[in-house]
Amino acid sequence: MAASPALEAPETVDRQGRRWFYRHPLVIRVAHWINAAVLLVLLMSGLQIFNAHPALYWGAVSTFDTPAFAITSEPGGDGRNRGVVTIGAHRFDTTGVLGLSRAGGTEAERAFPSWATLPSDQDLATGRRWHFLFAWFLVLNGALYLLYGLFSGQLRRRLIPDGDQIRDFGGSVKEHLLLRFPEGEEAKRYNVIQKLTYLVVVLGLLPAMVLAGLAMSPGVDAAWPWLPELFGGRQSARSVHFIAAGLIVLFVVVHVLLVVVSGLANNMRGMITGWFSLGRPGTETAR
Amino acid sequence: MILHRRKLLTAGAGLAGTALLGGCDRFAGTDAGRRTLQAGEDANLFVQRLLLSPATLAREYPAAMISPWFKPNGTIDPPDRDFRALAARKFADFKLTVDGLVRTPLSLSLADLRGLPGRTQVTRHDCVEGWSCIGQWSGVPLAEVLNRAGLKPQARYAVFHCADTLEYAGGGLEGGDGASLWRPEHPGTVRDGTIQLAAAEDWGGAPAKDDAQKDDWGQGAPDADTPADAGPADKRTPIRYYESIDLFDAFNPQTILAYDLNGKPLPVSNGAPLRLRVERQLGYKQAKYVMRVELVETLSGLGQGRGGYWEDRGYEWYAGI
Repeated sequence: MAASPALEAPETVDRQGRRWFYRHPLVIRVAHWINAAVLLVLLMSGLQIFNAHPALYWGAVSTFDTPAFAITSEPGGDGRNRGVVTIGAHRFDTTGVLGLSRAGGTEAERAFPSWATLPSDQDLATGRRWHFLFAWFLVLNGALYLLYGLFSGQLRRRLIPDGDQIRDFGGSVKEHLLLRFPEGEEAKRYNVIQKLTYLVVVLGLLPAMVLAGLAMSPGVDAAWPWLPELFGGRQSARSVHFIAAGLIVLFVVVHVLLVVVSGLANNMRGMITGWFSLGRPGTETAR
Repeated sequence: MILHRRKLLTAGAGLAGTALLGGCDRFAGTDAGRRTLQAGEDANLFVQRLLLSPATLAREYPAAMISPWFKPNGTIDPPDRDFRALAARKFADFKLTVDGLVRTPLSLSLADLRGLPGRTQVTRHDCVEGWSCIGQWSGVPLAEVLNRAGLKPQARYAVFHCADTLEYAGGGLEGGDGASLWRPEHPGTVRDGTIQLAAAEDWGGAPAKDDAQKDDWGQGAPDADTPADAGPADKRTPIRYYESIDLFDAFNPQTILAYDLNGKPLPVSNGAPLRLRVERQLGYKQAKYVMRVELVETLSGLGQGRGGYWEDRGYEWYAGI
């Protein structure tokens, strides 16, 4: 690891001739890891809350007998219970994971299994306390990240696709699908798919998540009656909140997979110390 | 070398994750943990009070949006002998007591309450579990009642004492005369013997609906099962439902003591003869079977001191979210 990070010298070459690039400023690194931990707590406490009424609806109110989505358990043909996921008219047997799972050696009728919820036992009150405290952390951390990103120019520099990237969109998609990752100068910026994905998550998915969450609050709804209407009613907001959570999980899975295949050590070092290796000119990228 | 490092990192992350989550549950079980987790509630109360004025109303819906079935929740048929006696006479003997830090304690019959200026509102009810129903409520604004009683200057909270016993002090769940109570796990759990083990139906399957429909007052109430409290001979202390709101919510125009649901007298399953509506908060604040409104300066002397049956069991006192 070379010289100390300085904004005016974000790049250096070590004695072995390896090029280092100061990729992630401190604020972004700290915000990233806080965000990762906070999202994990929010996801698991959110699943705990969902378990209290494991069904989703569209509109202002619940139509109890005809949910759009539900996770239940019911007696199977063999006299044993089955876990069932219902999506519209489709039903899936999910015994063992959703609807019916084992917790501490006994069979439990619960939508999401014990290992996926916080607290692990069925405890809506504590789940709500985790969720609402960490929702504040998400919002404060996110606000700091966005303010820093806007005023430092990092958000524009890192996430808005450059002209040449938009022109070569097809080529970038191809490179991405072939898991070919750029080295050298090109590795100093995110490719166009990365940029657009991060933009959608940072400016679309996460804010939508927070707004849909707020739309479920009767107090906020009294202050801002337009908010639940934005989603088509409070139960729609709850469904959007759940779907957005699923999309964030999907994003994280793909994100972690790509972090691993595009050079786990280099990526992790980049997000922990800030320094990212661009490799040696003419040789393979350090992994 | 690279593979080895990856394996190590993956294993490390898995281990850290498991430790973190086990640690989370342990943390939440300590006093410091509980206090930390409560910080979110304080922040929510603070911010929502900035967003709301005392007179801000929850949205009122057109009559066409009223839910065909208003899901009864929590206690749907109080097991208490006194309540059953009242229900048997269609609450003709019911008196609402208003006391505590008031200048003039009141005792009001249903006819008295219906004689006061009323308010009808079609509002959305949001259960802490996540579901919602829209219903039309008619009742007397709590402000009308409180203004007649006249608040003493120390009064800060209105406490609603309810008729329904949920459990007995000391953890006894056995009712008198062989009847039994079971402790609900959370505010959404319907307490009813016939569906108490039907976990999948708890949140709104067919059985509860059938019960609700034959549960209009007069029917259903005092017949089949035995009251849970065995009368004066029973020395156990029943823990009954109670709730509390502060004056910010108590004087909101939509905060009413409701006697009608959808134009008909409130069914027992929905809280007959009188239930609180405090529309900017969640369902468990909407106390059913309200017998007495007590004005107090502090909540510390009631129950376990947190301001409500569910609050004493970990739920937020401020249920605006």
